[in-house]
Amino acid sequence: MPEPTVTQKTPHLESEAPVCFHCGEECSDHDILLDGKHFCCMGCKTVYDLLSSKEMCTYYDLSENSPGISPRSDDGSVKYGYLDDPDIIRQITDFKDGATLRATFSIPSMHCASCIWLLENLHDLQPGVRASRVDFLKKQLTVTWDEEQLSLRMLVEVLATIGYEPQIRLEDIQRGTEKKTQKSLIMRVGVAGFAFGNIMLLSFPEYLATNGDVEAFLRTLFRWLNLILAIPVVFYSAQPYWSSAFKGLRAKTVNLDVPITLGVSALFGWSLYEVLSGIGPGYFDSLAGLIFLLLVGRVFQEKTYAAFSFERDYSSYFPLSATLLEGTGREKSVPVTQLKPGSRIVVRNQELIPADSVLINGTGSIDYGFVTGESDPMLKASGDLIYAGGRQVGPAIELEVVEEVSRSHLVRLWNQDAFTQDREGRYTALANRISKYFTAAILLLATGAFALWAPHGIGTAVKVFTAVLIVACPCALALATPFTLGTAMRLLGRFGFYLKNAEVVERLAAIGTIAFDKTGTLTAAGSSQAEWEGEALSERERSLVRSVVRHSTHPLSVKIHTQLAEEPLMDTGQVEEVPGHGLLGEIEEHVVRIGSAPWVGADADHPVALQSDGTSQSVAWVSIDGEVLGRFRVSNLIRPGLEEVIHDLREEHDLVLISGDTDRDRTTLEPLFGREALHFQQSPHDKLAFIEQRQANDDHVLMVGDGLNDAGALRAASVGIAVTEDVTSFSPACDALLDAESLRRMRKILTFSQRAVRVIAACFALSFAYNLVGLTFAAAGKLSPLVSAILMPLSSITIVIVATGLTTLVARTTLGKPEAGR
Amino acid sequence: MNVIFVLVVASLLVALGFLAAFLWAVKSGQFEDGYTPSVRMLFEDRKKSKQQNTIDNQQEREHDDAK
Repeated sequence: MPEPTVTQKTPHLESEAPVCFHCGEECSDHDILLDGKHFCCMGCKTVYDLLSSKEMCTYYDLSENSPGISPRSDDGSVKYGYLDDPDIIRQITDFKDGATLRATFSIPSMHCASCIWLLENLHDLQPGVRASRVDFLKKQLTVTWDEEQLSLRMLVEVLATIGYEPQIRLEDIQRGTEKKTQKSLIMRVGVAGFAFGNIMLLSFPEYLATNGDVEAFLRTLFRWLNLILAIPVVFYSAQPYWSSAFKGLRAKTVNLDVPITLGVSALFGWSLYEVLSGIGPGYFDSLAGLIFLLLVGRVFQEKTYAAFSFERDYSSYFPLSATLLEGTGREKSVPVTQLKPGSRIVVRNQELIPADSVLINGTGSIDYGFVTGESDPMLKASGDLIYAGGRQVGPAIELEVVEEVSRSHLVRLWNQDAFTQDREGRYTALANRISKYFTAAILLLATGAFALWAPHGIGTAVKVFTAVLIVACPCALALATPFTLGTAMRLLGRFGFYLKNAEVVERLAAIGTIAFDKTGTLTAAGSSQAEWEGEALSERERSLVRSVVRHSTHPLSVKIHTQLAEEPLMDTGQVEEVPGHGLLGEIEEHVVRIGSAPWVGADADHPVALQSDGTSQSVAWVSIDGEVLGRFRVSNLIRPGLEEVIHDLREEHDLVLISGDTDRDRTTLEPLFGREALHFQQSPHDKLAFIEQRQANDDHVLMVGDGLNDAGALRAASVGIAVTEDVTSFSPACDALLDAESLRRMRKILTFSQRAVRVIAACFALSFAYNLVGLTFAAAGKLSPLVSAILMPLSSITIVIVATGLTTLVARTTLGKPEAGR
Repeated sequence: MNVIFVLVVASLLVALGFLAAFLWAVKSGQFEDGYTPSVRMLFEDRKKSKQQNTIDNQQEREHDDAK
């Protein structure tokens, strides 16, 4: 689990500017005052106003810093229209009784105690809400409300208004089964623990008393009670082991659960025989203790990151709704499934194209970065076909749908077998690999001991035979893996590396080749910088440029704007944006033109133009009052610290780069990867094929990617790691999520997993040593219940301590200390 | 020695009671979220604290009157 942290935003203390009372952001240009408090925007002020009118300002007292989230200033009334659809309501709500509805929302923006307080007091803010409950670690809010007073859409709108916009995705609805298995496992542990404790108590007289001390009646009673208590342990608590062993045998593999169940049945069978025939107390105490500890190990291993999803497919990437344009020109929000060929839709800035469509109105500037890896937006004109999955960057466009969502190009691509095939079974865990030999060895040893003792009477021989099976039960062996890997997984989580399950650590240790995606993985989507080429601009010129680009949402403008964020803004008279060409602004009698070379009037023989080539989309020329000053050039930057990591990784691993982008960054990447290892313009299928081909040659490939175009490769690889800036946002199905910040720790993470596997091996050696001691007792026919009751828990507990302790120690030496706040 | 018999049965019944309580707690979802309740318990009940304030104010006023 991620450490339960209540993160707080750091206030910008160093700056002079007032800080927003609500969200803690700096109040830059438009300072808004209310009740003597500063606000950065109208949105924040509205939230404060609302909360103070309901006397809910406790919200601000619960956290040291401003806890609020600046609400997005979207036009909510249209956006959530699809929530009125009865079909959608039925799918989203968990429960309905009369007018009472209950639904669970995923709210990624909750981050502190104030959030919990406000969301759980929703009933004071909004009449109609009956109750609301937060699950902070899962970032979920469960609301019960009265449908007659409040519609689902109104509820979601209220949440969005106060800054807690729920992430509504259909995939979130189908999640019940996971919870149930975890619950039943805890119940099994409870039953086993209960029986274990009581059996121990009832066994004490047997341990301590010599014959004749205990009355015969009581002795029989205690034995029978033990027998009764052990039955639910064997048949209820140990049930997962039985079914797993049978499943393994049916698939003709011997997994670790086979020798475990063998030991358990020997223990139970022999004890049953002893009690029924009245010759001894049996080993019920060892039996219950063993199963209890094994189950605890399972709980430890099966803890997962409930807040993250590792199984997402394209459907959770697409939006749930689209803005439909009705015949009368009215906009209406409908579920995407209702889009038919011929429907007219509107797609606004930063919205996804939901279905394959033809552009009718406006200029499309479509960013397919997430789908294809291509980092520059593609320009589209009226009449062009636009595939679903791209993101519009710029003013709103009008489209006509040509294909239903389920039949769109991208969805069909992802429904192909190659992308959905299961990878399970390609890698067998260390424990399962040795269990085959282990089981054979025990059986051999037991038969050997049986043959040796057979001359002394069949009864003794059977006793020795079972004693060997009992002692050799690989309980300690079965504990080593979950405790080591579980601890490793938890520790890695502190470094921003979240695994789907603990087994991934073992697979990581076996990696030979590492394949990287470029866009979004090696280069941060937002980190590219605008470089100025030409004569240095004066301060005044810089602020002129900034004042003009501020009005545009074109990605280049946004980059230039952030680059010049220090410059003061000027009052702009008029700024006109001509899509595909550039910006024209008039400020204080200066005419500023920013855009393509022809737009500003730069000739091909301009000194700057001769410097280097560069694609037309990644440069913006600037002219002021007709004089061409130079241009901004945007290049994707490799994440800081990565060069060093790649250099380190090359020492032990084969590195390759498979990118969907053009090869314009070849010059920067070649020194890092080497010429042979660079593969550009790779389609999702090429990537998948590449990985599969490597895997077929018995190489274990680690794929590091981020977008939908990597989805196939991430699944095909031994380990697929999705890099993400924000762990709660969409990422394709993968084995692990890596915080982009932690990418520079790749080398350390790999070294750590290799050492963790070595810890498992050490634990195995230790447990074999214990087994050897036990076996000498057993083969000599001297395994008394007391010896067994001491030896078995002792070996298990030392393994648990060694496994967790050694892993923590290894983590400290290889990974270092996690940064504060994680 | 018959008292041992009674004691054993009694202790088992008590243990069974606890087991039942545990199973009920798991079923009702008390083990699902181990973090939020630790924050929730620190919140004061709004309504109560408001009443408390008015009582405090009243007492203060009475105190002032007495002076």
